Amino acid sequence: MGEVQLPPIDYGALSPMLILFAAACLGILTEVVVPRRLRNGVQLGLAMIAVVAALVMVVIERNTRTITIGGAVAVDGPTLFLQGAILVLGAVSLMLIGERSIEKGGAFVAQAAVTVGSQQDQQQAAGRPGATEVYPLSVFALGGMLLFVAANDLLTMFVALEVFSLPLYLLCALARRRRLLSQEAALKYFLLGSYASAFFLFGVAFVYGFAGGIQLDVVHEAVADPQRPQILLYAGLALVAIGLLFKAALAPFHVWTPDVYQGAPTPITAFMAACTKVAAFGALLRILYVAFDGVRWDFQPVLGVIAVLTMFVGAVLAVTQTDLKRLLAYSSIANAGYLMVGVLALNEEGLSGTMFYLVAYGFSVLAAFAIISLVRDADGEATHLSRWAGIGRKSPLLAGVFTFILLTFAGIPMTSGFTSKFAVFGAAVEGGQTWLVIFGVISSMLLAFPYLRVVVLMWLSEPGESTPAVSIPGFLTSAVLGLGVLVTVALGVVPSPLIDLTREASQFVR
Amino acid sequence: MSDFPFLSVLTLLPLVGALAVAFIPRARAELAKLVALGWSLVVLVLSVFMWVAFSIDGDRFQFHESYPWIPAWGVSFTFAADGIALVMLMLIAILFPVVILASWHDVDQSTRSAPAYFALLLSFEFTMIGVFAAADVFLFYVFFEIMLIPMYFIIGSFGSGQKQYAAVKFFLYSLVGGLFMLASVIGLWVVAGHTFDFAELAGAAATLDTETARWLFLGFFVAFAIKAPFFPFHTWLPDSGGAAPAGAAALLVGVMDKVGTFGILRYCLSLFPEASRWFAPAALVLAVIGIIYAALLAIGQNDLKRLVSYTSIAHFGFIGIGIFAFTTQAGTGAVLYMVNHGLATGLLFIVVGMLVARRGSSLVSDFGGAGRLVPVLAGVLFFAGLASLALPGTAPFVSEFLVLIGTFSTHKGYAVVATLGIVLAAAYVLWMIQRTTQGTLNPALTEVPAMSKDLTLREKAVVAPLIALLLVLGFYPKPVTDVINPAVQATLQDVGTTDPVPTVADGKAGR
Repeated sequence: MGEVQLPPIDYGALSPMLILFAAACLGILTEVVVPRRLRNGVQLGLAMIAVVAALVMVVIERNTRTITIGGAVAVDGPTLFLQGAILVLGAVSLMLIGERSIEKGGAFVAQAAVTVGSQQDQQQAAGRPGATEVYPLSVFALGGMLLFVAANDLLTMFVALEVFSLPLYLLCALARRRRLLSQEAALKYFLLGSYASAFFLFGVAFVYGFAGGIQLDVVHEAVADPQRPQILLYAGLALVAIGLLFKAALAPFHVWTPDVYQGAPTPITAFMAACTKVAAFGALLRILYVAFDGVRWDFQPVLGVIAVLTMFVGAVLAVTQTDLKRLLAYSSIANAGYLMVGVLALNEEGLSGTMFYLVAYGFSVLAAFAIISLVRDADGEATHLSRWAGIGRKSPLLAGVFTFILLTFAGIPMTSGFTSKFAVFGAAVEGGQTWLVIFGVISSMLLAFPYLRVVVLMWLSEPGESTPAVSIPGFLTSAVLGLGVLVTVALGVVPSPLIDLTREASQFVR
Repeated sequence: MSDFPFLSVLTLLPLVGALAVAFIPRARAELAKLVALGWSLVVLVLSVFMWVAFSIDGDRFQFHESYPWIPAWGVSFTFAADGIALVMLMLIAILFPVVILASWHDVDQSTRSAPAYFALLLSFEFTMIGVFAAADVFLFYVFFEIMLIPMYFIIGSFGSGQKQYAAVKFFLYSLVGGLFMLASVIGLWVVAGHTFDFAELAGAAATLDTETARWLFLGFFVAFAIKAPFFPFHTWLPDSGGAAPAGAAALLVGVMDKVGTFGILRYCLSLFPEASRWFAPAALVLAVIGIIYAALLAIGQNDLKRLVSYTSIAHFGFIGIGIFAFTTQAGTGAVLYMVNHGLATGLLFIVVGMLVARRGSSLVSDFGGAGRLVPVLAGVLFFAGLASLALPGTAPFVSEFLVLIGTFSTHKGYAVVATLGIVLAAAYVLWMIQRTTQGTLNPALTEVPAMSKDLTLREKAVVAPLIALLLVLGFYPKPVTDVINPAVQATLQDVGTTDPVPTVADGKAGR
């Protein structure tokens, strides 16, 4: 027995993840050490500093192209771009999470374990400051996402999946209002998420049986070898894909999305809609482009059908929704379908277009949920559509911003929604997937209707008795709104810098 | 002077004006109106300079400007105008001040903000000028879509009747067409190797196989047919025209719908010549059906604004056969028709709006003998009606005649059936006038105090330029046809058709 050879580790390339995990651990210690009244500020500051530091490291490492730590982590163009995207969107989400001025105590409950409706519960509903554990939990989730998009072997990917999923399950249960709904959402998300993880792991086992290894380059080589048992390959690929499609909320694995989006505290919904989407699609891109591109002719039609199904399920069901958070949930499902169109282009344009789409959509959706957190009455947020009637008369600025975001989702030119759709559709035609584009265009027509209905409701309907007041946004929410709108406009009018960035970053290392 | 960046300045000017007007406080509505009017007049003056600077014997596309926008996709801010675009830009520049003046009191009674209304009108002018001035297909698409937004709010917020329904229908119909076009635009872009330059696209489109070209043609055609609108994509127009404020409705049919026919001329015909020839019979059939069907529906309407909308669909049928007959006369006639229709139907809508504003109702049955109370207004309505049924001496006659004669030389059957449309036009216009302003006085009218007020000075100033233009172009259309002719000939050259008896007929009819 010789000495154990330690694999070389490129700490610089790993530093963004290391920083986040360290900060999250520090955050947990903070809960113990720092007195309660200071905790919120300290935790928010710590989380923000960690995210910004990680972002700085991503920028410093921007030219790194390496596979490190024994082949477990690949740091390349897509990794760094997606990590940067997750960190920027994560920082903006943290601002929403940190907002305490709109509602007394914030959007989060102080103690989630207290039985709903009990005396203790009523006491804490009266305005006890919300739990500050949300910050380390969010940072853990962010760290997991960074690892998820960088994972170069399937087991690392699985670990990362769990690292970012478990905090999210918890965060979903922490809503201050409508706590039963929130807990139901968390449980549902947890159960279905566990199934998806199990599928993923099962798939990894099949792929290992097929390829004799779990590293993506090993799988890639094995796929090129026709002598191996193909059944293991297809079963493994299918099961791994199911796990990822669940996280990305593609039909028919999307059913958790509306319930979870509705039940979770709105800042967490925004966080999931923006960051989880980036992470899930990042991993999907890597697996399909790096490991399984040898069998692209086999999975392209199957995933194409899934993409079409997703777009139509999202668009058609969005039409029937009466709750804004659910409407946005279905809209995010449809958007996952459009993203899938970009993924299935299976060329460099597809990769860069999808990455562009993820950033553009992330900022718009953060702004959309920030607005939803502002329209509230005595029972919390008023998310039923009928409550938004005539809100344009009462608060034209807010309704104007929301209209703009909805037009973005509808893909009207001069917004990021149009440029990003153009990017993925153009890539798909280039990649010979014109049929996906045609279905994408048709579903966009359907999807325009629910958005338009909200616009009509806000501007053209007369305000009713029950139209709620609009809270004055605090500094953090205002910043999120401003950023979201600014980026959405900028990516619609001058998308060139980001397009160039995604193009430079569109090479995986294998 | 021709080095002056006319098109970009002309495009941006109304946008700046719209922003300025939008920030005028609600209480100072008069100021907002004056600024809006003044601004649209500046645009008009600039357009006149551009018209003068345009060289008839020059290149097909003039005032070319190009600034990079998204180099990675080959997108640029490219502006250029051919003769067709030039006359449309001129029409826009004339109609907007007229409509702003005509809409002076439209918002006074409403709970809505007047500066917002005039800001929307100016931003609509921005998108309209942009769509005709754009020479980059991506830029064209951008304007094609964003023009929906100001009109959507104008109809939805400031309209009457079923305005919400009409606004949503309008938006969705146009968006559906636009998305079909988007699919074609992307397809063309990929084939052409990531460029949106018109010349390069045309070159790439020539290499397409027949079937692909036909599909791409169809994507563009559906978008433009909905916008124009051609039968059977027309159902949104009567709703929108009926619900929109009269001035906005004049712009809707007078200017915005022309984007459809303009798009067919510029993009469908030039980019997909083979597909255009292949689809021409179908397009001609749709156009002829539109002429007859819409005219019959117009006869049956009891709502004045819806009636005018239907007449407009019938007129677009004439423009359609003019385009797809593929002769220089018919093509020139169709473009001239686009201008004249904007003036005539614009005037008709505005005058009908004046009547409706006085009566407080747009139903034909609420009128009757109104000519006794408001003789001048009734006279103007009569003139507008005659112009829109293409009476000789008014401008639309020239264009309708050119279209029919040009069509007759290649497609006799269609021309004969379309001629029936003239008879029906006389029926709907005259019957409408008979029921509203002629005959015995409806006693209910005397109880409406506003009905006893004839045209005010402002209203006279609104209708006078349009009447003058309709008469002048009716007797002397040469300045306009001279500008249109080379562009139409170039377009037909792209299509690859030749006139059956070119010079002789041109000499008789065009002058």
